[in-house]
Amino acid sequence: MSQELMAFLVNTFEATIRAGSPLLAGTLGEIYTERSGVLNLGVEGMMIMGAVTAFVVAQMTHNVWLGVIAAAVVGALMAFIHAFMSITMRVNQYISGLALAMVGLGLSSLIGQGYVGISGYSLTPILFDFDPLVFLFILLVPILWFVLFKTKAGINIRSVGENPAAADLLGIDVQLVRYACTLFGGILAGLSGAYLSVSYIPSWTQNMTVGRGWIVLALTIFASWDPRGALFGSWLFGGIEILQYRLQPLGVSPSLLGTLPFILTILILVIGTRETFRRRMGAPSALGKPYRRGEE
Amino acid sequence: MKLRIEHRLVVSRQDTIIMTATSALLSLPIIAVIFLAYGANPVLAFGRIFYGAFGSVYSVSETITKSIPLMLCSLGLTIAFQTGVWNIGAEGQLLMGTIFSSGVALSFPEWPAFFLIPTMFLSGFVGGAVWGLIPAMLKAKLQTNEVITTLMTNYVAAKLLEYLVYGPWRGKEEWGFPYTSKFSPSAQLPTIGSTRIHYPTLIIALVAFVALYFLIAQTKLGFEIRVVGKNPEATKYAGIDYTKVILLVMAISGGLAGMAGVGEVAGIQHRLRVGISQSYGFSSIIVAWLGRLNPLSTVFVSILYGGLLVGGEMIQISLGLPVGIIEMFNGIFLLSLLFGEFLLRNRISFEI
Repeated sequence: MSQELMAFLVNTFEATIRAGSPLLAGTLGEIYTERSGVLNLGVEGMMIMGAVTAFVVAQMTHNVWLGVIAAAVVGALMAFIHAFMSITMRVNQYISGLALAMVGLGLSSLIGQGYVGISGYSLTPILFDFDPLVFLFILLVPILWFVLFKTKAGINIRSVGENPAAADLLGIDVQLVRYACTLFGGILAGLSGAYLSVSYIPSWTQNMTVGRGWIVLALTIFASWDPRGALFGSWLFGGIEILQYRLQPLGVSPSLLGTLPFILTILILVIGTRETFRRRMGAPSALGKPYRRGEE
Repeated sequence: MKLRIEHRLVVSRQDTIIMTATSALLSLPIIAVIFLAYGANPVLAFGRIFYGAFGSVYSVSETITKSIPLMLCSLGLTIAFQTGVWNIGAEGQLLMGTIFSSGVALSFPEWPAFFLIPTMFLSGFVGGAVWGLIPAMLKAKLQTNEVITTLMTNYVAAKLLEYLVYGPWRGKEEWGFPYTSKFSPSAQLPTIGSTRIHYPTLIIALVAFVALYFLIAQTKLGFEIRVVGKNPEATKYAGIDYTKVILLVMAISGGLAGMAGVGEVAGIQHRLRVGISQSYGFSSIIVAWLGRLNPLSTVFVSILYGGLLVGGEMIQISLGLPVGIIEMFNGIFLLSLLFGEFLLRNRISFEI
């Protein structure tokens, strides 16, 4: 009995970490993007494009890692469009992000049309039930934390997000830093999608991200823009996802349980956007505000 | 060579119209490239979309049918956006309208139509309004960003609907499909002749248009909406109740979307089911933007966009494209509009 319980617990723990992995990758990326002062609402689109790209490229080349790399490239390309729109052209970042989310959802269904229902290539686990991507995402947590808070590059990123005019005076290339961080966010969103389609589910279905890209935006706030918080938050949400499957046999409606992540996301936002909380937690002051020299 | 970007201080009305039209056209070559990549002849595809939308009496009637929910949702969005409230939740508000009105239709099937149908519209309005008021309260009282909360309420509404049609509301004679039972005849909207144009909803949409036009141009609330939208800081000094304006606007915006839902469930499907809205709530964001948040042009754009949806369905079938293609069009339209907006607001020159 206790052995069964043990197996159940280990199994649930593994499942939680796997379910949290795509959220972790996406959130880590968005933390860097937002720390530099750019708000990317298009994560959902970049994630789903990453998912379809990884799956299709893996099918075509019979190499799952080529699929993963292609997903990262596609994520970066989409992020570049967002960066160009919001940093260079300084248009409404909300709309630009939303537009990219829509483009991603539509384009991915077009690209993946012939691939629905095929069981695809899958990354092989190297330890426990975890494949290299899971380890990569977890490993990124301390690295990204260290870079952001302990290095010159991290100070530059944060100062660009806090006070771009002052950063500019200090000789930091504001636009360059913002482009780099937005692209980095896109790469991680692409990888997060790749994880979904060549590891977590190993198949392609339309709209398979089911809102994870939006949850990432709330997790970024929940994590108070700190990579360590991203780890905690994504495992928490991963746990909720697993709970949905575990409670289903007990007769609890999966649809009703399915509302939980979204309701929780709203709650997190409510707490996370209290001005006092934001100041304490280090929300980038210049988040979502385009910068041009000589203009406040 | 260096790119120079200068802000334009004055933007004329004429420039705005030209730029909106141009940027909408700008998206056509991008969509054409995607058709090409897909192995379809873009000229033929565009031709089919146009013919499918406006080529026959039947297609025009379908175009009008699809423009009804777009009109209601996007009219609501025009005032939300004018107030500076980014309501991305019209889809969920529409779904809540279908849920509330279906509840009425399924509970009181024996009521006569002249009483049942107005009650359904009223309950649909309430459903959408409640769903809009939640993020509105959070925004007005706790400064919570409404973009993400309204988005999240879309998902919650979709899951609730799913729960109802798979669970307690599932019809007994639906062979296991996730549908409710068919509504009684008195809960079904009349249509014009053999078309699917459920005219009661169309009339409500047109009344809403006139009412909004009057509201924005003539009333105190309309004035307050403009002040809150242009300069939220100024509301304090102008003695405007910021919370009241936000709540009212979101109740109207959500309520109109909710009534669009009533039209879909009582006028088209005659039962509640998963997939009852074809992303009307999302498409209406683009419609409101293309209409430059002006109620009159929004009604006009709704009809054009309804045509795009009908024509889009036509080529989905004949070219075998997936359903998501409409969303992609939406996204590309939005990006082009943003680009147009940028060109409108700035003067660009090259320095050598």
